Amino acid sequence: MSYKTDYKRVLGLGSAHSGTGHWVSQRLTAIALLFLGPAFLIPFIRALGSGLDAVQATYANPFNALVAIGFFIIMFRHLRLGVQVVIEDYVHGERTRQLSLIANALFWRGFAVVGVFAVAKLALGA
Amino acid sequence: MVEFTLPKNSRVTVGKTWPKPEGARNIRKIRIYRYDPDSGENPRVDTYFIDTDDCGPMVLDALLKIKNEIDPTLTFRRSCREGICGSCAMNIDGINTLACIYGMDEIKGDIKIYPLPHMPVVKDLVPDLTNFYAQHASIMPWLETKTARPEKEWRQSIEDRKKLDGLYECVMCASCSTSCPSYWWNSDRYLGPAALLHAYRWIIDSRDEATGERLDELEDPFKLYRCHTIMNCTRTCPKGLNPAKAIGEIKKMLVERQA
Repeated sequence: MSYKTDYKRVLGLGSAHSGTGHWVSQRLTAIALLFLGPAFLIPFIRALGSGLDAVQATYANPFNALVAIGFFIIMFRHLRLGVQVVIEDYVHGERTRQLSLIANALFWRGFAVVGVFAVAKLALGA
Repeated sequence: MVEFTLPKNSRVTVGKTWPKPEGARNIRKIRIYRYDPDSGENPRVDTYFIDTDDCGPMVLDALLKIKNEIDPTLTFRRSCREGICGSCAMNIDGINTLACIYGMDEIKGDIKIYPLPHMPVVKDLVPDLTNFYAQHASIMPWLETKTARPEKEWRQSIEDRKKLDGLYECVMCASCSTSCPSYWWNSDRYLGPAALLHAYRWIIDSRDEATGERLDELEDPFKLYRCHTIMNCTRTCPKGLNPAKAIGEIKKMLVERQA
């Protein structure tokens, strides 16, 4: 039983004064991916299935390597922002939602680090 | 998480079918959601038949005819019967709209009438709009000023007044908010298209002096940014307004004041 007024319930904890940064970033990363996506995928698909030497040669090209690194950083950022929205929309338990948001924030950044390291290893050899 | 099935006590059953009017040539079949929390029974859909030659053209006319002549227990809200009070908002033929300005001739086949979606039902076609009204109150739907009150009135140019067109006409019928999936899932924290359209109406009012405070209050992942431009609000608005655009304009202003 709670005697809170409806108005009090609507006010909740007040405004978080954030969200605009998220909204802008999601759109900017989307625009960047329009270009980075194809630029990454074309050499990637070409190199797919060939031997280590050919793959290393692809990413020894600084353009391909930089595009790949940029792609991993931007794409995983975009993915993190997108999944965050899905969690906020659909996960309703207060604690479950907060834990999911923390896991989401860490998880994709981990992926981005692994991706960048993999490209760097290929590009710089050994 | 999201619940994909209804709890047992809200599963809708087949209700009573009322007899057809005698001697009628043009008959419309109307199926109406019925729910009485006091009975302890599940909601049901009752079937009525009306003689359209002996009834006004709008869906509300049919509802009134049913209540007056067939089944006085049918419960719904109505007042002005001309689309200005917003009382008779309900889900008709799958669209949230006002029964008083929705013609029966716009509907093919049976006329299906349900309460506004995803709201607690008080009885039959009457939803509980308490939270919806409290959200409207929370956006401060009044003129906020700090400058000393002028002797006569706060003046506004014709151009500035024009900015309120397409906003001031909202009658708070709740059709838009209850058509919005984001509002369905998060109505406890998301303000919904109606409240946000009203918020924008005051934000762009040239006489209002609380623009910054209003934007501050809205800048929140839940209050505002649950809008994912699904556009159901704009599609369903019985007054032909565009809440999605108003929300978009608020988002643009929030970016504008950062850059």
